[in-house]
Amino acid sequence: MSPIVELKDVRKSFGNLEILKGVSFEVNRGEVAAIIGQSGSGKSTALRCMDRLETIQGGSMVICGHRLEDAKIDLKALRRDVGIVFQSYNLFPHLTVAENVMLAPRLVKAVSRAEARTVAEAVIAKVGLHEKLEAYPEQLSGGQQQRVAIARSLAMEPKLMLFDEVTSALDPQLTGEVLKVMEQLATEGMTMILVTHEMGFARKVADRVIYMRDGKVHEAGSSDILRTPSTPELAEFISEASEH
Amino acid sequence: MNSAFIISLLQGLLGTVILSILTFIFGGILGFLIALARISPVAVISRGTGVYIEILQGMPLLVLMGLCFYGPGIFGYDSLSPLQAATFALTLYSSAYLGEIWRGCLQSVAKPQWEAAECLGIGRWHRMRHVILPQALRIATPPTVGFMVQIIKNTSIASLVVGYAELSYNAKIINNSTFQPFLYFGIAALMYFAVCYPLSVQSRVLERKLNVANR
Repeated sequence: MSPIVELKDVRKSFGNLEILKGVSFEVNRGEVAAIIGQSGSGKSTALRCMDRLETIQGGSMVICGHRLEDAKIDLKALRRDVGIVFQSYNLFPHLTVAENVMLAPRLVKAVSRAEARTVAEAVIAKVGLHEKLEAYPEQLSGGQQQRVAIARSLAMEPKLMLFDEVTSALDPQLTGEVLKVMEQLATEGMTMILVTHEMGFARKVADRVIYMRDGKVHEAGSSDILRTPSTPELAEFISEASEH
Repeated sequence: MNSAFIISLLQGLLGTVILSILTFIFGGILGFLIALARISPVAVISRGTGVYIEILQGMPLLVLMGLCFYGPGIFGYDSLSPLQAATFALTLYSSAYLGEIWRGCLQSVAKPQWEAAECLGIGRWHRMRHVILPQALRIATPPTVGFMVQIIKNTSIASLVVGYAELSYNAKIINNSTFQPFLYFGIAALMYFAVCYPLSVQSRVLERKLNVANR
């Protein structure tokens, strides 16, 4: 199987500060990959590069067939293939739940209002919020808002979903409902890359775990590496994470 | 009090309203373009409009109006009429201020909103139209109306330079023949208030309405 995500020696600096110092890994179609690591290890930057919110400065990156180091990349095509969900939800506050989800299909895919509505109702039901279609974001809990954000991405039928610490702003009860939606997506065969602090979730759902440290992949493998890490740094990271 | 004078003041008020409306329309259009240019990713465009704003904000309106009125004649072109010159000067003046006010409003819509829309593949223009502008509009209402009230009052500067017959100009003429400044400038002041106050009230109503839609 050919990888849907392929990073080779990816480098990225902000000014003099080198954040990614040669990152390489692959993710196959249908896999769930969890990127873990301390804050500042570059994991969120790596994820943002995959949707070209940041441009890479060295190495190569191929996402769903798009070459990201290519200056003439078709960004619209890339973003039709890749969905991303952020820690801070970023729903559009002036639109209802249904309108939030319908906006991109209507503007980007130019589907009719009725068609967009049908798609929206389906994906919103999927994240368990069909009774909130006409609510505004600020009337929802954080967990509900995050589920709407996931639905909003799903409405574009992406081939790859990126999750950037999507539960970090939520308290534990709300975290569970968001993870449940993500787990369901994983079982349906969605290719997913998540930057996460939820070790339990990574252990349970991830096919591949990538431990980043100081701008590099320090250790990577199946989720078994979370039980039997081969480097002392990962072992220490896991024991620190489980204390919290 | 002479009724002919009151009619003259009312005519002046009409002149003030006409000049104000023309300024809102042209200054608003130009100001909106300035605001967009200010946040352009192309450095030449954003810096260029930055210079435009600096120059206009650094120049007294009185001087600007003089330049617009006498300028074309100096360079050998036909002079503008008083209304044209005053409209031209006030348009430039208000475009610089409105441009800067609206740039601030556009930029105060958080960057993650831009990013979220961008990641959904929504193009730059649609992002502006459907995501950023509706949110910026609510923020922009109070300062915009505040500036409109200032413009209405600043139209009186036209009386000093270009001799356009607006409210202050007519009050001055009447005073020159009656020597009753307190009476006629007082009435003129009340007329200004009668135009500006409802605007302020309307602004508050609008703000509340937009807030409801934004819940």
